[in-house]
Amino acid sequence: MNQFEYVRPASVAEAVAAAAAPGAAFLAAGTNLVDLMKGGIIRPSRLVDVARLPGLSRIETLPDGGMRIGAFVRNADLAYHPGFAAAYPAIAEALLSGASAQLRNAATVGGNLLQRTRCPYFYDTASACNKREPGAGCDALGGENRLHAILGWSERCIATNPSDFCVPLAAWDAVVEVEGSGGRREIALTDLHCLPGDAPERETVLAANDLIVAVRLPEASRFARHARYLKVRERTSYAFAVVSAAAGLHLEDGHIVEARIALGGVALKPWRAHAAEAALAGAVPGPGASRRAADAAVADARPSGDNAFKIELAQRLVARALARAAAGTPDRMPALPASPFGA
Amino acid sequence: MNLPISLSVNGVPHTIELTDPRITLLDLLRERLDLTGTKKGCDRGQCGACTVLVDGRRTNSCLALAISHDGADILTIEGVAHGDSLDPVQAAFIAHDGFQCGYCTPGQIMSAIGLLREGHAGADPERIREGMSGNLCRCGAYAGITEAVLEAQASLSAGKAA
Repeated sequence: MNQFEYVRPASVAEAVAAAAAPGAAFLAAGTNLVDLMKGGIIRPSRLVDVARLPGLSRIETLPDGGMRIGAFVRNADLAYHPGFAAAYPAIAEALLSGASAQLRNAATVGGNLLQRTRCPYFYDTASACNKREPGAGCDALGGENRLHAILGWSERCIATNPSDFCVPLAAWDAVVEVEGSGGRREIALTDLHCLPGDAPERETVLAANDLIVAVRLPEASRFARHARYLKVRERTSYAFAVVSAAAGLHLEDGHIVEARIALGGVALKPWRAHAAEAALAGAVPGPGASRRAADAAVADARPSGDNAFKIELAQRLVARALARAAAGTPDRMPALPASPFGA
Repeated sequence: MNLPISLSVNGVPHTIELTDPRITLLDLLRERLDLTGTKKGCDRGQCGACTVLVDGRRTNSCLALAISHDGADILTIEGVAHGDSLDPVQAAFIAHDGFQCGYCTPGQIMSAIGLLREGHAGADPERIREGMSGNLCRCGAYAGITEAVLEAQASLSAGKAA
């Protein structure tokens, strides 16, 4: 790990000012940052410790019925918050399907949004990676890439975003509150992460000293009884998604009034599937409607290597997530959150 | 540059001058406080051997910078027993052969104590396995570990009822 200067600001304004220095990075729990620093993948010259800034660890219900989650709420505290889990069950399920209990106890909401890709070539400093070193090339292209992107990738980068949490956040129209040099602003979660294009080193629209202070969710009780997150992993637990899918249905009289669908593990950002949602409007839930939605969700997908299987896997997972959502949100969190297997 | 922090470790208060902000909580425990029960496995948050309780919650100490834990209350495997009287989780690991080589065991036990405090798994083996998935055992003692956690859960709830 490189040497760095450690500073602990007392306020958000101080934190934003302290992180304006070249080479500075915000430190929250450090579950991703410290790992990356140990591997020499990132080498910040200053860490601005923001985890204990006052007032940013609250979970609040808003007057319109939505919720506002402070950026430094720990993943486990959010997932087990009874009001949150009842209002947004698919988001709680996604949180509990990610990482391990130890990591969820430490990792923060804001940090989850900004975690870096788990592409092994990004992590291996002996490999070429345009994200780590702009212009260096991409060893994932033509390499071991069966887990890489099938949507939104470019010839410069085929990595995926690893977050489970972000997938239902995208589906449920989350908004990210950011404090930066120019004051407070809001960004739709679906606009936070960038697709790789020609500049994969740019991962989000945030400036280096933009601090996420909260995530806000609009009122969504119409989906709460029919909401799931499913995730295919290469082992039962404690693994990143090969493909994941969030699905929410607003049902009335046996018809779908409104659907929400997003995919994870398929692109460098959480992938909201608007066309798949539109394909379900007015439909009766069932295999036919699910198939149309699943086809629409991957209409633009193409393999970036040995990963054509992920396209069919994404279709099947969307269909299964819709079937599970239509069957109803479980009364209790499943023993294996987000498992696509079993009942 | 000296950075003073205060920590309570197994109930004992410490004021420690950190010589380097890079020191993890794991290295602080092992190298500065000679509490070598907490193990360094992968050192990257993937194996759980370094699990300790921080303010009552199980955490990977290898990914925690010591400097950012000023004021924290730490419980390690050395602080779990009361004199010669083992914690119910320790006793259950022995009774059910919840280990072979023993290297991952301090982390397994701290994780199990954290799991039982969280209270979400109950007596469901599937929920216990899922809740313990952050602790790898290369010897493959998982069946015994699950039995041990089940028994500890049962003895703790019996103790509460009594």
